[in-house]
Amino acid sequence: MQELDIAGLGSVRVTRKSDNVVVLEKDLATEQMLLAMGPQHPSTHGVLKLECLTDGEVITEAEPYLGYLHRCFEKYCENIDYPAIVPYTDRMDYLSGMNSEFAYAIAVEKLLDVEIPRRVEFIRVIVAELNRIASHLVAIGTYGIDLGAFTPFLFCFRDREHILSLLEWASGARMLYNYIWIGGLSQDIPADFNKRVKEFVDYFKPQVVELYKLLTENEIFVKRTKGIGIMPADVAINYGWSGPMLRGSGVKWDIRRNDPYSVYPELDFIVPVPDGRFSDVGDCLSRHLVRALEIDESLKIIEQCIDKMPGSQGFNPKAAIPKRIRPKAGEVYGRAENPRGELGFYIQSDGKSTKPLRCKARSSCFVNLSAMKDLSKGQLLPDLVAIIGSIDIVLGEVDR
Amino acid sequence: MNLTALSHFSIPFLMGNSLNAWSEALVGFAPMGLPLGLVILAAIPLVFIAVYALTYGVYGERKISAFMQDRLGPMEVGKWGILQTLADILKLLQKEDIVTSSADKFLFVIGPGVLFVGSFLAYAVLPFSSAFIGANLNVGLFFAIGIVSIEVVGILAAGWGSNNKWSLYGSVRSVAQIVSYEIPAAIALLCGAMMAGTLDMQKINILQSGSWGFAHFFLFQSPIAWLPFLIYFIASLAEVNRAPFDIPEAESELVAGYFTEYSGMKFAFIFLAEYASMFMVSAIISIVFLGGWNSPLPNIGYFSLNDMTNGPVWGVFWIITKGFFFIFVQMWLRWTLPRLRVDQLMYLCWKVLTPFAFVSFVLTAIWEIYVR
Repeated sequence: MQELDIAGLGSVRVTRKSDNVVVLEKDLATEQMLLAMGPQHPSTHGVLKLECLTDGEVITEAEPYLGYLHRCFEKYCENIDYPAIVPYTDRMDYLSGMNSEFAYAIAVEKLLDVEIPRRVEFIRVIVAELNRIASHLVAIGTYGIDLGAFTPFLFCFRDREHILSLLEWASGARMLYNYIWIGGLSQDIPADFNKRVKEFVDYFKPQVVELYKLLTENEIFVKRTKGIGIMPADVAINYGWSGPMLRGSGVKWDIRRNDPYSVYPELDFIVPVPDGRFSDVGDCLSRHLVRALEIDESLKIIEQCIDKMPGSQGFNPKAAIPKRIRPKAGEVYGRAENPRGELGFYIQSDGKSTKPLRCKARSSCFVNLSAMKDLSKGQLLPDLVAIIGSIDIVLGEVDR
Repeated sequence: MNLTALSHFSIPFLMGNSLNAWSEALVGFAPMGLPLGLVILAAIPLVFIAVYALTYGVYGERKISAFMQDRLGPMEVGKWGILQTLADILKLLQKEDIVTSSADKFLFVIGPGVLFVGSFLAYAVLPFSSAFIGANLNVGLFFAIGIVSIEVVGILAAGWGSNNKWSLYGSVRSVAQIVSYEIPAAIALLCGAMMAGTLDMQKINILQSGSWGFAHFFLFQSPIAWLPFLIYFIASLAEVNRAPFDIPEAESELVAGYFTEYSGMKFAFIFLAEYASMFMVSAIISIVFLGGWNSPLPNIGYFSLNDMTNGPVWGVFWIITKGFFFIFVQMWLRWTLPRLRVDQLMYLCWKVLTPFAFVSFVLTAIWEIYVR
């Protein structure tokens, strides 16, 4: 076999079959085109740039470029007091601020070794799970948009609105809450909060079913996601994936269960893992299914928390908050299950300062996104969009 | 088939109700030797497209999608936002007409024009009423199928001329899609033509008149007519780039496809062309399968509903109503379904719709020859 480059014909493959027969085969591979997808592109979910080498509709290589939303979170942390970092964690994953605060609070409380009142723990779990539902609704809705279905997105946002008003009622802010403080909460929940949450849960359950019918069970949606972007479990673990991404690959790993924190051990919920009945394990549909099923589990958790929560008599949400946070010298790694995976904070204290010596955030989105290059190889352009959507990145957390 | 007798709604100054009376009178209207009537004849569908696109196409779609999505839609400009579209048009008129420096100016400018002309030309053979048709061709249906292909040239010119990679993707996809889907669409329409035995649009309509109303429509005249009807409807969605086949302008993949670089009135023209094609395919499907300007109401005993609701003016009402119904279905699908992938679209066309179109073609032929 011999490759010739004849002017005007492109690359021509010459195969000698026998002495007399020569097969000339014009190579179908054409010139590759460099396609910059993003930073301004509707389906990169923010300011992500993917530099794709394309051969027609096929992506031969896609390289993600990050950093358009970098805000020096870690450097900031070295210059501000421990409690002042909490609002910054909101701005990392702005779709699930409560969960980010929760993870940070867990890390610092581990360093301080404080006892948290039981009611605080339950309130934290309720707001975190509410926020998890809101975040998954955005993920599912925008995933619908990526695949061309606009209506599920608005249905998701309609229901998310109820959660945001609930959280606004509790914390005073719609997205950037600053509600979970180190050792407690900024304030107690309003008097009727639990009742309203219960009302929301009752209202929301049929809506989830409607969403299943509209999107998850849609023939075209399944066709677009099933078998696309398959990530085997071992590769997913090697990449350090976590959260719905890892569970989508069939690994039953949920920090709420595997490294329990707060009151999660007392609560009854399952960790949904696709079994290959509705989807090929590890594909985009599995990841979507995990998110969809987690909404149900979160609703279950919220209901249990409301039932088990101690009353508000003599309750002071700030009782366990230290007056001046100056941890003894040491280092700690605290983590929590965020909607997008494991969010961990590694904090180093020198024992003298009220500011951390070093505060590193282990971002789930960043780690999940790192597999992009592997996942996108040889995919079609529409599938690339489906894969990015299924990773469910929030660039605020990727770049920090 | 006595059409004149059916008309209870004739307006005297419109000069009788015989076939194509209005349009022929207009053609004859030539003061001082100027073919003014011809110009008016051509302008009527244009005005119709503009009015329909503004009211039903843009405002209607926004309100319908809002209704489906649990929103209100435009509410600010005027009562219930009815003036929103006018405000949008004003905005588009004021916008700077940008031609990017790297664009191929000639192609970039003629693209939207060709696109619109392609879909507008098909209006020449759409019978809006028994008394009105732009050009009464004896191969009207064939002309309508063929002339729409000119759109492809406009799309390719727009996408290539923009010199933008996303536009190029969009236009190449679009051309592949439209050219492919013309085959099942044309075969499906051939079934209708076979049932009529003619390609003349007016004759196809006349053959579907009768006192039983809808029972005379071709859709109900043969047990297999629903198959070409469905095939044509699906293929027409792809031909006008509507969801779930809006792959050429897939906003989440290609930003806006072949019209990414357009702004101002050129953009408006592309949109107008899209709405024009939407009504065009809806009108064709209602002419070939649902009786066009014939009333669907049957004569029941004493109540001769069919007689009461037929006539040139009623014809305009019926064909527009039927067309709008199909446009509503198009909108409905658009706001419900996700988008197919490029290869799935081609699979659907070549391996599902085309074989079924052939099957329906053969079955219709057998039905027409041996049964009817």
